[in-house]
Amino acid sequence: MIEFIRKQAYLVDFTLSSLLRRKGKNFGLLFVYTLIVFMLASVMLFTHSLKKEAGIILQQSPEIIVQRLVAGRHALIPADYIEKMGRLRGVTSKKARLWGYFYNPVVKANYTVMAPDHLVLTTTEVIIGAGIARTIGLDIGDYFTLRANNDTFSFQVKDILDKHSELVSTDLVLISQKAFRVITGIPEGQFTDIVLSVRNPREVRKVAEKLVQKLPDVRPVLREEILRTYDSIFSWRQGIVFVLLVGALMAFVIFAWDKAPGLSAEEKREIGILKAIGWESGDILRMKFWEGIIISLSAFMLGYLAAYLHVFYSSAVLFEPVLKGWATLYPQFRLVPFIDGLQIATLFFFTIFPYVVATIIPIWKASVTDPDAIMR
Amino acid sequence: MRNSSLFLLFLVAGLLFILMTVMDAVSQQDMARESLKRRATLVSELGLSDLALSTEARYTRHLSLADRHSAFQDHPTSFDHFPSGSIFLPPLHLAND
Repeated sequence: MIEFIRKQAYLVDFTLSSLLRRKGKNFGLLFVYTLIVFMLASVMLFTHSLKKEAGIILQQSPEIIVQRLVAGRHALIPADYIEKMGRLRGVTSKKARLWGYFYNPVVKANYTVMAPDHLVLTTTEVIIGAGIARTIGLDIGDYFTLRANNDTFSFQVKDILDKHSELVSTDLVLISQKAFRVITGIPEGQFTDIVLSVRNPREVRKVAEKLVQKLPDVRPVLREEILRTYDSIFSWRQGIVFVLLVGALMAFVIFAWDKAPGLSAEEKREIGILKAIGWESGDILRMKFWEGIIISLSAFMLGYLAAYLHVFYSSAVLFEPVLKGWATLYPQFRLVPFIDGLQIATLFFFTIFPYVVATIIPIWKASVTDPDAIMR
Repeated sequence: MRNSSLFLLFLVAGLLFILMTVMDAVSQQDMARESLKRRATLVSELGLSDLALSTEARYTRHLSLADRHSAFQDHPTSFDHFPSGSIFLPPLHLAND
């Protein structure tokens, strides 16, 4: 056993010296390889943690949100729809809500304006999300302005929502119902949507079916659908993730393409010399196996560690411009690290196995041929 | 020091760091329990339905409340013009209807 380990150590010594002889090429290869692993691992860690976090916090979202649709679009819902729903078995409460969007052209930011009925706010008071406070530079007691219908409405900032909850509240503006109606022009008796609470989760779908039968112009959005939406967020099929995945796969194909069809003249000469001085084919294969392992394992470890720091310690700063798009407001959040072992194992397998195989096969072809022929 | 010993050292250090990420994740999950609870309470109190990852368009801000015509909001042949529309999939309940 000790003999075996000693032999492998010598092989690793020789392999590393051989790799260091072509420093530029091999460090370049390692850098690009690490970058690919970093990209894939960042997407995996970010997506998985975001899904887990969304699953935990959105578990508290409303059981059923009832929207009214007119010509395929979301429309205001009259208050009498609550009466029209009648008594629905299992429903413990029905609550009409007022909320909407507000675009501030000065800071080019979209706000989500809500008028929650459980908060005691006067018509001149506002509670804002931490993202708004940061972007505009507001603090408690400052004045926050909304311009609508050729009029300017000033509110005093009563509070700023917890900065640790920015992921769900960065763009929220909470005002009183009266102020909301004045600003938006939504008349009394009209609401944005209705929220239903259902006692038994197993009855939710039945309640939604009954609702649609009674009121055919409404669309119920269930909590389980909200959770499913975020469970499939950033699935491999969509836009940027697909491009990234294809890009990474193509890069792996290029690696393999570069390795598989044959070896460079220098590598062939090296194998010829090794065979001529007495190395066996098996030794050469072992040496090349170590070469594949050294490069791919190093790339995996460096790429994964860099991805972990990027996602959980720099708030996935590289994804910000992609997710932000043209928006001004973006939440500052640090995801709670949830690591999916299976995902990492898959990444490990696809990082190491194809590269090692692509390295060994052409070498096997070369190592079984006559050294004299190779050197010539 | 021999090259193989240096590589072994690098390997062990790398594995230790990877192990540390797992330990760090577990400890951060423990520490974040209260903070997650607070976020969940806010979601429950305000009846929130979505993450505020993208605030540029209503159908990516409130992804789960998007309707079928979000991408054609200005005109029947007008395609989605917000960059985030190419990142987020439409909600599954619209796709499965």
